[in-house]
Amino acid sequence: MTLKKKQTIFTAAVLLVLLLASMALDATLPSYHIAITCVKKATVYALVAVSMNLLNGFTGLFSLGQAGFMLLGAYAYGVLCIPVAKRAGVYQYFDGGLIQFSLPEIFAGFLGDTIGSTVGMLVALAIGGLLAAAMAYLIALPVLRLKSDYLAIATLGFAEILKAFFQWNALGPITNGSNLLKSYPSFEKGTSYILLAGAMIAIIVLLINSTYGRAFKAIRDDEVAAEAMGINLSKHKRLAFVISSFFAGVGGGMLAMYNGTIAAAPFKSALTYEILLIVVIGGIGSITGSVLASFLYIFSSEWLLRGLDSGTFLGINAPGIFKNGFRMAVFSVIIMIIVLFFRKGIMGDRELPDLLVRRNKKSRKEAAGK
Amino acid sequence: MRELIPYLINGVSVGGQYALIAIGYTLVYGILRLINFAHGDVFMVAGLVMVYATASMPIYLAIPLALIATVILGFTIERVAYKPLRTAPRMSLMISAIGVSYLIQNLAFYLTGGVPQPVNNPIPWISDTVAIFGASTKRVTIITPFLTIALVIVLVYLINHTKIGMAMRAAAKDFETAQLMGIKINSVISMTFVIGSFLAAVGSMLYFTNYPSVAITSGGMPGLKAFVAAVFGGIGSIPGAVVGAFIIGLCEEIIKGLGYTTFSDAFTFALLIVILCVKPTGLFGEKVTDKV
Repeated sequence: MTLKKKQTIFTAAVLLVLLLASMALDATLPSYHIAITCVKKATVYALVAVSMNLLNGFTGLFSLGQAGFMLLGAYAYGVLCIPVAKRAGVYQYFDGGLIQFSLPEIFAGFLGDTIGSTVGMLVALAIGGLLAAAMAYLIALPVLRLKSDYLAIATLGFAEILKAFFQWNALGPITNGSNLLKSYPSFEKGTSYILLAGAMIAIIVLLINSTYGRAFKAIRDDEVAAEAMGINLSKHKRLAFVISSFFAGVGGGMLAMYNGTIAAAPFKSALTYEILLIVVIGGIGSITGSVLASFLYIFSSEWLLRGLDSGTFLGINAPGIFKNGFRMAVFSVIIMIIVLFFRKGIMGDRELPDLLVRRNKKSRKEAAGK
Repeated sequence: MRELIPYLINGVSVGGQYALIAIGYTLVYGILRLINFAHGDVFMVAGLVMVYATASMPIYLAIPLALIATVILGFTIERVAYKPLRTAPRMSLMISAIGVSYLIQNLAFYLTGGVPQPVNNPIPWISDTVAIFGASTKRVTIITPFLTIALVIVLVYLINHTKIGMAMRAAAKDFETAQLMGIKINSVISMTFVIGSFLAAVGSMLYFTNYPSVAITSGGMPGLKAFVAAVFGGIGSIPGAVVGAFIIGLCEEIIKGLGYTTFSDAFTFALLIVILCVKPTGLFGEKVTDKV
């Protein structure tokens, strides 16, 4: 069996085991159990982290606009999915709002209740992604001319501008101003999140392994050399920016689904920083790393390290030290240690199949030693 | 026009406070080419220390204590988080800065219990109410621009006429050559952080006197705006940062005066994007050419 075949089987097996595990969780635990909520949140973060990695890790464009694109996706999902009957209640300050239809209900009309509303929700997510992509296309032209840290601060500023617009009262009939959007449908099972985000991530992986992906990496490694090799810099940078924003938009929609309510305020720069730190922990330039880091980050911050906040952790009872906020303090110290001393993160730039290669090399060395 | 006067006075004052923060950004960026994302949080910590210190000791001890604590914090951040990354790519340095900002906020959350700390008239004299041009305001509003300009003059003198100032200019011009010429680059960099943190601490005292409380996220927005001011004026240039900060402070307050408070933050960033696209080197910045 060739190495490549082995790697494919290994990857497929790992993914299958993970999928089965999530299905088992869904089957045995109630949907409000913390394990399921963690799976949901981690999957959403994984998707957004991978989309950020596509830009920062694979194309070398240091963008901090992720929160803005997520905001667009989240609002698109909320606005398009709130059931018509509940709109009067949600948009109580804006006469029931401007939009008087709901995609899941429209699709449910001719596809049946379950399939129809699922299709409607997926379409709404896709529209959110497309909106984010369109916005990215518009701002790409001026913004992508900027270099590294200027690009970062310009995209960060752009996200803040977007946030202000969504809080603007004049747009209230659509965005509900600074009030919450709520009562929209959402997926109940963790597995549906995993399948959806998994499909998105798979598309990104395919993209990275295509000629476009190779062009992105060439731009990251050396812009001048890449241009000399005939890669159209502005076209490829724009493409990476638009694609990354699309997936950030979809991720934003899924985050809205997970949260149950949408407001513009949480989509601030801190959210982008959080995702950037996940990307760094996982390894800049590794999809597997981003996914793994998202799960580690969410599971430990939401669940496993909870004890650090509430008084008892690992059997140690010290309410004086383990009080509110200690968990995040410990967490940020760990992050700093990774940033300073393990700059490659968990995976470096290796992917899931590469894990097999290293083990093989080691065993071969051992065999040679004997 | 008459209704706008209080906003204009406020604008000049806010601009002065931004200027004090912006200098910290511009000095650090000039030498390290790093957006010090943690600077806004240093500013916030200075506010917190001031609140705690003025509550428990006389004012002539509390103010120096707040200044010194902030300076030590800035110095420590540089030594711990940025110095080990001197040879690393710029992206790592920026990520480290974001990490430090995250760390400071979370530590502050832990230590304050997550409750915004109320500011109770910490420095009595400057928060008295006075009347100017028919508008009543706090004395701090009037003091700020003058204090800012005085500090900037001292700083410009320091940079143009002292040995350490010359070393700073040399390091900003060419990092490696400066090192070869025998300049102790680490002490120069530490010095920029000390100066930046000191000015941020002064700015913080003036800024938070006008606010009811210091929350752990209070540093983020003024920090970002001060950075925008530094870019607007031409990053690396001190007069540029000051002029940029005054312009941004004024614009922001005028927008608030016209009734578009939602957009006062957004405007700053829109201005940033326009400036970056039209004149990336800012008002007073030097032109840079790319070398292959």
